Amino acid sequence: MGINNTTLEAVLILFPFVIAAILHFLKTRNARRIAAYGGCGIIIATVLTFAVKFFTSGAESVQILRSTPIIDKLMFGIEIFLMILIVVLSFRYKKYYAGLLSISQTALIAWLEISHPSEQKFHLLTDKLTVIMCLMIGIVGCFICIYAIGYMRRYHHHHTEYKDRRTFFFPLLFIFIGSMFGLVLSDNLIWIYFFWEITSVSSFLLIGYTKTKEAITNSFRALWMNLLGGLGFAVAIVIAHLKFHITNLSDLLKIFQDITSGNEYDILVLIVILLAFAGLTKSAQMPFSKWLLGAMVAPTPTSALLHSATMVKAGVYLLIRLAPAMHGNVAGTMVSYIGGITFLITSMIAITESDAKKVLAYSTISNLGIITACAGCGTEATVWAGILLMMFHAVSKSMLFQAVGSIENSKGSRDIEDMHGLIKMLPELAVIMIIGICAMFLAPFGMLVSKWAALKSFIDSGNIILVCFICFGSATTMVYWTKWLCKILACTPSKHVEDITTSGQWLSLKVHAALTIGLCATFPIIATSVLNPLIKRMFFVDTVHVLEYSDMVIIVIMLVIIFAVPLISKFLADHMKAESSLNYLGGINMGDNKTFEDSFHNNRKMYLAGWYMEGIFSTNKMWFPTVFICAALIIISIAMAIGGAL
Amino acid sequence: MAIKIISIILYLVLAPIVGGLLNGIDRKITARMQGRIGPSVLQPFYDVYKLIKKDIFRINNMQYMFVWGFFILVVITGVLFFAGEDLLLVFFTLTTAAMFLVLEASTTNTPYSVLGSQREIAQMLSYEPMVLLTAVGFYMATGSFHVSDIIHADVPAIIYLPGVFVGFLFILTIKLRKSPFDISTSHHAHQELVKGITTELSGKMLAMIEITHWYENVFLMGIIALFILHEAWWSIPVALLVIAIAYFLEILIDNTSARVKWDVMFKSSWIVTIVAGVLNIVVLQILLMN
Repeated sequence: MGINNTTLEAVLILFPFVIAAILHFLKTRNARRIAAYGGCGIIIATVLTFAVKFFTSGAESVQILRSTPIIDKLMFGIEIFLMILIVVLSFRYKKYYAGLLSISQTALIAWLEISHPSEQKFHLLTDKLTVIMCLMIGIVGCFICIYAIGYMRRYHHHHTEYKDRRTFFFPLLFIFIGSMFGLVLSDNLIWIYFFWEITSVSSFLLIGYTKTKEAITNSFRALWMNLLGGLGFAVAIVIAHLKFHITNLSDLLKIFQDITSGNEYDILVLIVILLAFAGLTKSAQMPFSKWLLGAMVAPTPTSALLHSATMVKAGVYLLIRLAPAMHGNVAGTMVSYIGGITFLITSMIAITESDAKKVLAYSTISNLGIITACAGCGTEATVWAGILLMMFHAVSKSMLFQAVGSIENSKGSRDIEDMHGLIKMLPELAVIMIIGICAMFLAPFGMLVSKWAALKSFIDSGNIILVCFICFGSATTMVYWTKWLCKILACTPSKHVEDITTSGQWLSLKVHAALTIGLCATFPIIATSVLNPLIKRMFFVDTVHVLEYSDMVIIVIMLVIIFAVPLISKFLADHMKAESSLNYLGGINMGDNKTFEDSFHNNRKMYLAGWYMEGIFSTNKMWFPTVFICAALIIISIAMAIGGAL
Repeated sequence: MAIKIISIILYLVLAPIVGGLLNGIDRKITARMQGRIGPSVLQPFYDVYKLIKKDIFRINNMQYMFVWGFFILVVITGVLFFAGEDLLLVFFTLTTAAMFLVLEASTTNTPYSVLGSQREIAQMLSYEPMVLLTAVGFYMATGSFHVSDIIHADVPAIIYLPGVFVGFLFILTIKLRKSPFDISTSHHAHQELVKGITTELSGKMLAMIEITHWYENVFLMGIIALFILHEAWWSIPVALLVIAIAYFLEILIDNTSARVKWDVMFKSSWIVTIVAGVLNIVVLQILLMN
């Protein structure tokens, strides 16, 4: 028998917490490093074994853990503790509303658990989506932790003004990973809610790491928005429990197969819309995008973790789970339009930003927008595309954040203007950046392929407005990435900057780069052997048809071409006889390609700034109307759902 | 399969010849419109031949790498198109190719070139939505993204897609670098950016850009033909006629309008995309649903 799945799942959920506890008590750098490396190694090994075992044993869904009174009591205790923690902190910083939100939802759940104890069903459920999520969380999350070890040392080297709270920081990263595992492995709604709350609170603590005024404001913003979503979640659990005696997510989705109209259906839609609302807050869709932008004040590993494999992915994970239940009702309409609008507007705003982390943040929100729209459409093909987008996005975005973090450490700036000529200053990091950026929008990398699938499935499902959002949004997405690529590739005569990226950081960056390319190369296999059966199960259908296999093969061929083109071109270019010449600068080039003589015989330095098109795409112009429209959309949809249910 | 290979080979061999001739005709007609006699129709070939014989001056190595990349990707775009592959795949490849041209110019780090590349990005921003909507339109009208299926439809796609056709003609002006939207570089000697995006290219490299444009133009004319081509044999001469009219129209616009600023280009092309393209597709969707 050997190790069974229950043990592996228990290890996945609990082991990160053990590592967190150990890390809290380790004060020296080396001890911490060994513990973190060891912990990450074990987590990755476990997650891989888990996946291999799952797929070799026929990849059938597994349900486990029937009766768990002790664990339930323990969870209850932790929930109360979290509530007290939030209340204390919100009183200390005079942000009472956060405490109020926390008390109300914890009280709601507590009341439910005490007055209506449920009959015990299984708590954990493993299917292919779970395994995909686990692989993503385990591998990407752990490498971010490895990266963080080297990064944080440099960070405190540069930022002596902040208190060194690394004994607090590293445990939180692992708590985060552990609770993400819990979230995706659970099927019991109360368990999902429990881990949901832990991720909200730990992201709040991580964002407030530096304890500056800005950090505290932003962390409380993240907290209240996520708690608001949590409140929606709690209300949904209560209604589901009282009306249908449903305790599990899979039961909720199954009941949709039987009930397709009438008052009961309307109540089900209300439950789904409340859960989807929670998903929207967590995945930072408009009008809740601001918390994720504010999260940029935290050290880079936090941003990488929040933006790629965890936190925001918890939101879209829930939305994708709910997708079959959102097809063709008010919940789906709300979610898909909010996703579409978010995708378009945030990609426009990203054009006007020059702070690298901000551009990445907007691009995250924007990409999550398409995933959300895919989930909201709720057809087989859109969900297929959504899951694919989620995978590709996790890897490339995590890599981009880490690369920007390393560049910031080496150069002391993360402004895109300062990355002018990065290819000459920090060639290796520049190559990582180029791979990451290309992976985000160019043919034939994963993101574009998934967008292609999304576009096709939106047309098939008749969502023409969403199709238009994608057409316009693709153009704006292309603009901000291309501009950035241009900056990096500018050949300026500049000094070589010392690259102080540690070996641990490089390990993480290289693994991410390999994953980015590897995922694209193996994607036809992933699509046919993992995604198609998964979608069939989710939607109870027999065939899934999104991209034709021949198209997928062409994409892989293109991938080879894309790597071959620069190599061939370089070979051809190197073998062309050419004389070097000075740049044409308009005035007389003074010989260094940087200075020119103007018409008054003065020597002037040339500087080529980027173009941010503020006149057209300014944040001020777009932010409030969008927030207003999206908030109105949510309020109207929920009001409609309540009206239908009553 | 055999037809596929033949049409790929025909494209590879004939496209530069046809593209060059199109350019020559363009210059002849332009000259007549301006009251000049104009050069021989074969002049573009003489020009390119002369450029090829010249020495190259280079700013840096990467520049030429990107020019080769641009060339290879544009050719692949055309090959995929004439092999009858997926239209979206074709357009994505074209975008990637355009990116290489932008990168070529910005890697030089010289004022005119970089300004040209930034304006090229603005051009891409302007035409990209309409290009994607064109593919969407074909899919909705014929039920397939594959060029090979689209040309075997029962009725010409333009019947369903008049608005998309108008929108595509509008952005074709940008793609062909015709006035009033020739802001990143121009065929005429009145460009305030010297030669914009190609300022830092010379000799063989400039010749390559020229040949790449020929390939690209033939591909773009192919898209126009796609609106007309269908099962009936007579659609082929009609398609050629429509191409001729469209091309003449572009030349006429080129010679009768003055260059506009980028924001006018951006706004007008997005408005045309919405009014002609989006509206057409929404109406088509409503028709399809009934």
